Amino acid sequence: MAVQATSSYRVSRGTYLWFVAPALAATFTIIVFPWVFTLYVSLQDWDAAGASGFVGLGNYARLATDERFLLSVLRTLYYTVLTVVAPLVLGTIAAVLLHREFRFRGLVRGIFLLPMMATPVAIALVWAMMFHPQYGVLNYLLERVGLPASLWVYAPDSVIPALALVETWQWTPFTMLIVLGGLASIPTDPYESATIDGANSWQLFRHITLPLAMPFIMIAAVLRTIDAFKAFDTIYPITQGGPGTASETINVYLYLQAFSYTHIGSASAVVVVFFAMILVLAYVMMYLRQRSAWE
Amino acid sequence: MGVAASAVRAPTARATTIRWNKLVGTLGFYAALLLLLAPVLFVFYWMISLALKPDVENVTYPPVFIPEHPTFDNFVQVFQKSPFGLYTLNSFVVAAASTAISLVLGVPAAYGIIKGNWRAPALFVLIARMTPALSYLIPWFILFRFLELNNTLLALIITHLVIGLPLTVWIMLGFFEGLHPEIEEAARVDGCSVWQVFRLVSLPLARPGIVVAAILSFIFSWNNFIFAVVLAGRETRTLPVAVFSVLTFEQLAWGNLAAAALIVTVPVLLITIFVQRQIVVGITAGAVKG
Repeated sequence: MAVQATSSYRVSRGTYLWFVAPALAATFTIIVFPWVFTLYVSLQDWDAAGASGFVGLGNYARLATDERFLLSVLRTLYYTVLTVVAPLVLGTIAAVLLHREFRFRGLVRGIFLLPMMATPVAIALVWAMMFHPQYGVLNYLLERVGLPASLWVYAPDSVIPALALVETWQWTPFTMLIVLGGLASIPTDPYESATIDGANSWQLFRHITLPLAMPFIMIAAVLRTIDAFKAFDTIYPITQGGPGTASETINVYLYLQAFSYTHIGSASAVVVVFFAMILVLAYVMMYLRQRSAWE
Repeated sequence: MGVAASAVRAPTARATTIRWNKLVGTLGFYAALLLLLAPVLFVFYWMISLALKPDVENVTYPPVFIPEHPTFDNFVQVFQKSPFGLYTLNSFVVAAASTAISLVLGVPAAYGIIKGNWRAPALFVLIARMTPALSYLIPWFILFRFLELNNTLLALIITHLVIGLPLTVWIMLGFFEGLHPEIEEAARVDGCSVWQVFRLVSLPLARPGIVVAAILSFIFSWNNFIFAVVLAGRETRTLPVAVFSVLTFEQLAWGNLAAAALIVTVPVLLITIFVQRQIVVGITAGAVKG
């Protein structure tokens, strides 16, 4: 083979280590060090004044009985389910629509990307104003179409779905993009032969588009799940976890523990548990994705 | 010929049905498209509308849809009430510096990972993407306090590397993977050193990838809220933090708030519209590889 002939010009792997080394050093300082240090702090009784003693797994044990933490886990799951399913369904529909050829398609795609790229805090604050029960535009629109007004983020029952609405608005374009990438890779022949056989457009979608796009929908699902699980930028600016603790997800709970109450030791324990949850979640999703790809 | 001509002149019932179905399909398609786009456009429209109205028109019921007395006062007030110019500069410096450092470190790293055929770094980048940003903040907060770097732009630039560096490596892995090794081998035969091959052959070829990585890294750093909200002081706030903390929502100064929100996000929206193609490439490359 040609490789043999030019072997004297081949470069050992070690040489390329020099290309990686600076980034590796930076990565250890800014990413690996925090992980290890967090693990260390989570075993300490650590508050605003600093460490005041080794407590072993005490911080973890306390978490297991901390109702506020456990509720935040349930809330996070609720929020995650809503903000994975809705963007996936809407994003797939959007991808199918935007895959079709039509005039100004490029412009329409561009506009559809904007929610995802716009600064999340800015968008969150605009939604906060739209949610206002008295002066907000959303209740006005509901009234115009004959629906009852909602308290949106101002009531414990509706706050999570209302926040999920913001996140769905923002991240549907992301799932759309990934599924659109999948649709672009589907060949046209199955459609042609199915059309000749008299299939209607729903059948085309159900039996050709959907199965062939499924691997991409699953990728979108994995990434969306991870992002939804750690959402912060939409929740905190709008509600800061309120009303009461009704929208306190793990991330918001963690933020308040660490930087409002300066319970740094127990907050670090939350980080470790949270991180473990995300790893497990990612692993399960990857496993499901592989299984669905084989079948 | 004659048959075809008569078919055109006198369409059968079946042909009419097909054409009718097609029309309904097209109308349905545009209706669905409109339904999908309406919420996207409405939120941005409402943002602009709030920013252009005095608060008498903002805090009222029923809401005023088309500003009756459009004004730029809100924008002027945002800059008068708080050092928004400084915050804009902060945001720009942090995003530009962290993007530049991410490229300098990340592009060669991705090249080395591909050439050395290492597996672990790619997995590591994936894990870094999954990690919640908050989990870095506690150690940094303690560390920066120890180093007396809290409330400095340097601290923000360093932390924003967590956004830019994994992103850059991830995107560049895809681009370097697509390069043909024959070209590089030819350069080696011609007497280039390993560094020269990278510098003179591979790097120019991967330039589209670098552009993509730079754009996305800049935008995500610009948009970041969580690092600066904890680590920035009054003087070193970036725009997202400034919007959140300077203008309090309770006062119902909605015009100011919307104007500030618009100032933060308009640069990003413009970039998105103008370099849409690169953004799509970057996001799908980063995602689909996962």
